Amino acid sequence: MSIGKTNKYLGGLLVAFFLLAAFFGWVYTPFDPLAINLRAKLEAPGSGHLLGTDEYGRDVISRLLTAARTSVSISLLTVSFAVIFGTLLGSVSGYARGWVDRLVMLFTDTLLAFPSILLALALLSILGANMYGVVLALGLAYMPTVTRVVRGAVMSLREQQFIEASRLMGHPVHYTLWAHVVPNCLAPVIVIATSMFGSVLLTESALSFLGLGVPPPAPTWGNMLAGARPYMAQAPWLGIFPGLCIALTLLGINLFGDYVRDRFDPRMRGL
Amino acid sequence: MSETSELLRVDTLELGIAHLPEARIVRKASFEIQPGEFVGLVGESGSGKTMLGRSIIGLQPSAIVPRGGSITFRGKDLSAMSAKDLRHLRGAEIGMVFQEPMTSLNPSMTIGQQLEEPLQVHTKLSATERRGEILEIMERVGIPSPEDRLKDYPHEFSGGMRQRIMLASAMLLKPALLIADEPTTALDALVQREVLELMVELSRENGTALLLISHDLPMVARYCERIMVMCQGEIVEAGPAQTILACPQNAYTRKLLAAMPKRGPVRSFEGAETPIVEVRDLSVDYVSRSGLLARTSRKRALNRVSLSVRRGEVVALVGASGSGKTTLGRAIAHLIPTSEGEILFRGQPVSKRNSEWMDYRLNCQMIFQDPFSSLDPRFTIRRILSEALYHEKAQEVSVREDRIRQAILEVGLEEMHLDRLPHEMSGGQRQRVAIARSIISEPDFVIADEAVSALDVTVQAQVLELLADLQKKHGFSCLFISHDLGVVEQLADRVVVMRDGEIVEQGLRDTVFDVPKSDYTRALLSAIPTLRRTQTGVELSWRFDAPNVAEVTR
Repeated sequence: MSIGKTNKYLGGLLVAFFLLAAFFGWVYTPFDPLAINLRAKLEAPGSGHLLGTDEYGRDVISRLLTAARTSVSISLLTVSFAVIFGTLLGSVSGYARGWVDRLVMLFTDTLLAFPSILLALALLSILGANMYGVVLALGLAYMPTVTRVVRGAVMSLREQQFIEASRLMGHPVHYTLWAHVVPNCLAPVIVIATSMFGSVLLTESALSFLGLGVPPPAPTWGNMLAGARPYMAQAPWLGIFPGLCIALTLLGINLFGDYVRDRFDPRMRGL
Repeated sequence: MSETSELLRVDTLELGIAHLPEARIVRKASFEIQPGEFVGLVGESGSGKTMLGRSIIGLQPSAIVPRGGSITFRGKDLSAMSAKDLRHLRGAEIGMVFQEPMTSLNPSMTIGQQLEEPLQVHTKLSATERRGEILEIMERVGIPSPEDRLKDYPHEFSGGMRQRIMLASAMLLKPALLIADEPTTALDALVQREVLELMVELSRENGTALLLISHDLPMVARYCERIMVMCQGEIVEAGPAQTILACPQNAYTRKLLAAMPKRGPVRSFEGAETPIVEVRDLSVDYVSRSGLLARTSRKRALNRVSLSVRRGEVVALVGASGSGKTTLGRAIAHLIPTSEGEILFRGQPVSKRNSEWMDYRLNCQMIFQDPFSSLDPRFTIRRILSEALYHEKAQEVSVREDRIRQAILEVGLEEMHLDRLPHEMSGGQRQRVAIARSIISEPDFVIADEAVSALDVTVQAQVLELLADLQKKHGFSCLFISHDLGVVEQLADRVVVMRDGEIVEQGLRDTVFDVPKSDYTRALLSAIPTLRRTQTGVELSWRFDAPNVAEVTR
């Protein structure tokens, strides 16, 4: 088996593992992730608590499982937001051209001018830190990438004769866009959506780490990592496990993303 | 090896594909070329003619490998030659001219440098001698003021000029054999004949043998003494050009000859009836704007053009590339905005704002040139056809299904094709689908923009016949846009000749073809050879003498 193939399976396996964990954490956790037990604080992994406890005696594995669900749903919602609105804006802008295009691009380029984490930070301080605020902020920060890609794809599609044929048959614009334009530029969108999933997850963790994500006591991998900082010497597992979760999920998504890209972009096949 | 006089001998050559031991691209090809002889290799796309031609000089793609047979050049087996000897042979002894003059010249080198390369590699001439040689050959191939143009890059030349330069670089070393693979197919009809005649002249002067590879049988027959016809990897017929034209032995050759367009019958459309479509003083400007507040620049693509199409009439729009014929077609179909003039449908002016707009939109359909991009790759044929009935939603499903079925049968396909995707069909089949789509809603007016130009000769003949049949059956009017006058002669009732965005001449087909009024029309017509049956056999001739193209086109 080639390295490429191993990577493909490893990526899929990691992604599947964390998706399952997220689902599992939704249905069952060994302890209540929010239950404080000061008698059992900073316990090492093993004894009764599989991955130990934190400074308030909360069970780490329960918190990790719950956090997985939060992270996965935030990432999914954010990517969906970015893809849906990005595709909409991009296809309208690329198809209509003229002043509509210029307006949309002005907006998009303004958003693109800020690094996504800064933009999300600014938006969050306005919107307030909660799960939907995070989704909205990250969604807006990631949307311009999709808009740009879709717009480019639509602009070249627009010159294709089957689009002109559709105009000739008297189809209304919304039909042409929905039936011919959008499906034909979906391949690059799926590819960037996959890789975006990873970077959204990372940004979300970073926001939580900075204290601007989903507010405590609800656990996320990012705020667990932040909370572990003062105890690095006494209880290293507090930082290691959430960090490992973030790293492995990202690795999995990136490997899987490469595979998806190869599937949808025939030019990359065989590389 | 026998001590014969022939220059090139290909003996039972087999070409296969590297990872498929059974597959054959070329099967048992045997032929020879005498010094100074002109030989034509004719076949349709996929017949293996290009691979055969390229394998002689060792330029076939790496996936194509010889599976037997031999190629000998001047008695030496080419397969036994070292890479170094082969390199010496290429260019110096065997020259090659490719189809695409844009991609076969290096865009980042001046043409002076490119012409100097072969001389540097193959000769020991000094720099001044090389320069002399280059200027001489450039003069010879008809590049005006060669001295000034040596420092120009390929993109600064027109397609015809580039092909002349290609020819110059191939002929610089006076090779013994010149392989020309579709050398004029990418060129405008007007320059095709000039470039070909130049190539033949140069070869004759230098005693160079010529292997002319092309899909165009009459063109090849015009210049070559001997012709080989290739079909699906095999040379199915070979012999003197005259014999092949007069009494072809092979069924495929006969099919090729039969596929040559013939003049269709005369139909009359006299009468006072209002034209179905009328164009009055139509102008189109292409506007380009570089920025938000930048100045706009205009380029006039169509200048005050007027024409009319009567009910049931086929009007052909002809002209060289860049003449504005496609622009006019697209403007009539309202695919691009117009800047002046009006379009009348059944006597009523059409605009997007009036009530006749939808009526016109549905009654004016278009068949595009490229059946690969005119069908949505994600749609099945059934969905493509049903889409054309979008505005007839009220219809019952069974009625719609019937119409779709009827349409697919009408264009000579079968019901099973309805569930295919475009990429699962051949180019000819796709074009049939495109035709079905444009006529399923029974429009009164169909614009066919180079509808058969992308197809192989025999397929082209079939599709053309289909188009003529459907036109007769449904009685729609047709604006047939084409650069190919042979095709136009077969189909059109009336001909409109365009040049530089203006109409040069229009009239009944026979009048325009037999007694053209303008020099430009005459030049266009002179580019196509015609086949005439005489008592002694078949004769190829040109309609008119070749005019000075530079003069006609200014």
